[in-house]
Amino acid sequence: MAYVAVKGGERAIEAAHAWLAEERRGDPALPELTLAQIEAQLGLAVDRVMAEGACHDRGLAALAIKQARGDLIEAAFLLRAYRTTLPRFGASNPIETDAMRIRRRISATYKELPGGQVLGPTFDYTHRLLDFALAAEGGTVPPAPERRTDAVPMPRVTGLLAQEGLMAPEPPSEAEPPDLTREPLGFPADRPLRLQALARGDEGFLLSLGYSTQRGYGNAHPFVGEIRMGAVTVEFEPPELGFPIELGEITVTECQMVNQFAGSRTEPPQFTRGYGLVFGHGERKAMAMALVDRALRAEELGEPVEAPAQNQEFVLYHCDNVEATGFVEHLKLPHYVDFQSELEKIRLLRREAEGE
Amino acid sequence: MSGLPLLEAAGLSLRFGPVPALEDVSIEVYPGEVVAIVGESGSGKTTLLRVLSGMMRPEAGVVRYRDPEGTVHGVQEMGEAALRRLHRTDWGFVHQNPRDGLRMRVSAGGNIGERLMAVGARHYGNIRAEAAEWLRRVEIEPGRIDGMPALFSGGMQQRLQIARTLVTRPRLVFMDEPTGGLDVSVQARLLDMIRALVADLGLAVLIVTHDIAAARLLAHRLLVMRRGRVVEQGLTDRVLDDPQHEYTQLLVASVLAA
Amino acid sequence: MTALGYNFGYLDENTKRMIRRALLKAVAIPGHQVPFGAREMPLPYGWGTGGIAVTASVIGASDRLKVIDQGADDTTNAVSIRRFFARVAGVETTERTTDATIIQTRHRIPETPLREGQILVYQVPMPEPLFRLEPRVAETKRMHALADYGLMHVKLYEDIARHGHVAISYNYPVLVGGRYLMSPSPIPAFDNPKMDRMPALQLFGAGREKRIYAVPPYTAVRSLDFEDHPFQPVRADAPCALCGSRESYLDEVVVDDRGGRMFVCSDTDYCSTRQSHQEAAE
Repeated sequence: MAYVAVKGGERAIEAAHAWLAEERRGDPALPELTLAQIEAQLGLAVDRVMAEGACHDRGLAALAIKQARGDLIEAAFLLRAYRTTLPRFGASNPIETDAMRIRRRISATYKELPGGQVLGPTFDYTHRLLDFALAAEGGTVPPAPERRTDAVPMPRVTGLLAQEGLMAPEPPSEAEPPDLTREPLGFPADRPLRLQALARGDEGFLLSLGYSTQRGYGNAHPFVGEIRMGAVTVEFEPPELGFPIELGEITVTECQMVNQFAGSRTEPPQFTRGYGLVFGHGERKAMAMALVDRALRAEELGEPVEAPAQNQEFVLYHCDNVEATGFVEHLKLPHYVDFQSELEKIRLLRREAEGE
Repeated sequence: MSGLPLLEAAGLSLRFGPVPALEDVSIEVYPGEVVAIVGESGSGKTTLLRVLSGMMRPEAGVVRYRDPEGTVHGVQEMGEAALRRLHRTDWGFVHQNPRDGLRMRVSAGGNIGERLMAVGARHYGNIRAEAAEWLRRVEIEPGRIDGMPALFSGGMQQRLQIARTLVTRPRLVFMDEPTGGLDVSVQARLLDMIRALVADLGLAVLIVTHDIAAARLLAHRLLVMRRGRVVEQGLTDRVLDDPQHEYTQLLVASVLAA
Repeated sequence: MTALGYNFGYLDENTKRMIRRALLKAVAIPGHQVPFGAREMPLPYGWGTGGIAVTASVIGASDRLKVIDQGADDTTNAVSIRRFFARVAGVETTERTTDATIIQTRHRIPETPLREGQILVYQVPMPEPLFRLEPRVAETKRMHALADYGLMHVKLYEDIARHGHVAISYNYPVLVGGRYLMSPSPIPAFDNPKMDRMPALQLFGAGREKRIYAVPPYTAVRSLDFEDHPFQPVRADAPCALCGSRESYLDEVVVDDRGGRMFVCSDTDYCSTRQSHQEAAE
């Protein structure tokens, strides 16, 4: 008997994981990356992992990136799997982005506006030329010139339009939003649930969908009303206290897209809003989210639902990269049993086809 | 054409915004009877068909259906499940566009077989034989049983839809402009076929059409609708040969003129 | 007992209670898919998260767990899941079907008949049996609610019309308790008859799709078919090269690059048990 059934899966896994650890560390002659370095110098990667990992913790996100060898979807997954085990004390009060300590604030709809435009730390207007000076280490960075912005009030652009009655009002609600980490998605999904799914959604997927609405798949006419990025205070109101206490500050990016709306039988022509909000400095994601949010409002605004970005089920079921990567990658798992039954079936069909 | 009505409706009203689609419409259909609803587009005839078949709710009025055991059901009070069951057993619906009534990516045999299987048929050979027999009855070559409806002509698609609808021997069939999108020569052949099948099976049919000639050929009784109201009704020959209402007179005259 | 400062079985107790409520509902309505708040697990979606969540919710300190993938205990994913539970629940594990109180499986049902008191937990990638025919979840829910399964029968009809056979060899749809159409998970159709009136409790977890369903003990599970084209389980027409079984489901093994093949049992425990009995008899 030449054949022995394959055993030793256990040893193989152990060896593979040891190899992974070795690869992660890389050349031992080089200094090991510290979490502080990742947090400080790969800050946007940290922000993306926090956003898609749906957990605001820069230190843990940095750890996840290190453990995942820089694979950001794997890192978001590690962070999610950690976050899901945390006890839940309650929901914070809604953050007030009106009162944001602004680090960046731009509008594409108004050249001049109260509070002015603040470019902040942006790639915009840089020339995308590789900077070989960065390849050499030890260079010092001269301090950036500063202008104080704290004292200047910065009303939101959508508020300015609303004063004129040109912005469709958003009905305020005191209801606690649904929580899709506790309850599965249900359809039709209302807007708070959709926004929650999009905020955790994959940047690349939302980017492509948002882009598709600009290319005619969804009839969008968007303008960036405003993008703002900066620190906001997080407050929590314990029921036994009856007043909010400050938990700390987090950085968020908010995008409000202004879209034309032709009006309907009951509504006059006006502007409608697409809204994006993400943890950290995540401008591309916030913009894409705002485009997709607006597209998903098609049905409630009485517009035809034809494009992928307008299809709730399509967007919400496929935007989560942790779900998507798991299911795509599960194809690596053995499928001998199914394949065996396919083999037998095909042979049977062929035998009969030949017999005919 | 005797006994108690199969379907009866009274006082049906429905508005779309300021436009009245139905105003105080009453109608009865008896077993084995063909009733045509005629009128120009916008007269409310398709809306009436949708309300009677439970696909749309009226604002006022009732629709009642009498099942084979004699029990009377309020169509609007039926749950979705009961209504769906009714639609795949006792009732049939022939759409103007056959694409709305067929599965275009399922073979002709599968399209006919689906209704049989929905009511419990589980013998493949019998289902297939029945499908072939129905293809023959609607004058489609039985050899095309495995063909896809997408490759059929418009007239064949419509005949396939009729076969799929009639295969479970419904008692009442709703038809919405069944000859609508077809060439005139194809229309005539289809109307002849419908007339023969209806007589053969003793079906009750409620047919909506703007085609007076089709109504004359098929219907025992006629209702003339205008702006959501029934302006005249009666035996087909009486209404068409001696129209009382001036709108009916206009309709009949326009056919004669054409 | 347990590692890392995680709760027994990894999931917190509130989550387990939520999953158990879903399981109770699932048992009460055999074959009906119950939505549940699936949590992220430390294994990726599609790799058994639903099965793991179900196992984590029903496992107790005195349970003995067996994990199989493709029928085998030593495939990498089975090893990984067994180690996970050994680590976070500290429970005893076993490779013997008869010794196990809980068996988590991917793609097979053990050959050895299960008995009362045992629980079989299936990992389910796609719980909706109708999804290839109707991708809209809202519409499939309506079809289940109305028991409107004509579309699935049409698919079987079309298969026979085109191929002479139902062209489904695994994940073959079943009707549970005469009411709900159910995906048996991607087990080979060969295994379907084992589900019918099984004395053990069968639980199904789909993590990514966030649904749970169940077949209580001794429930009728019928593979869809036609009277004149009855359901036929298929297996390779050969005895196992190791234990000689003519009843078990076989894996095909390529033994050389000249087209050499051999067939061995996919259920490793069944095969090795038979081999040791044969040795003892000699």
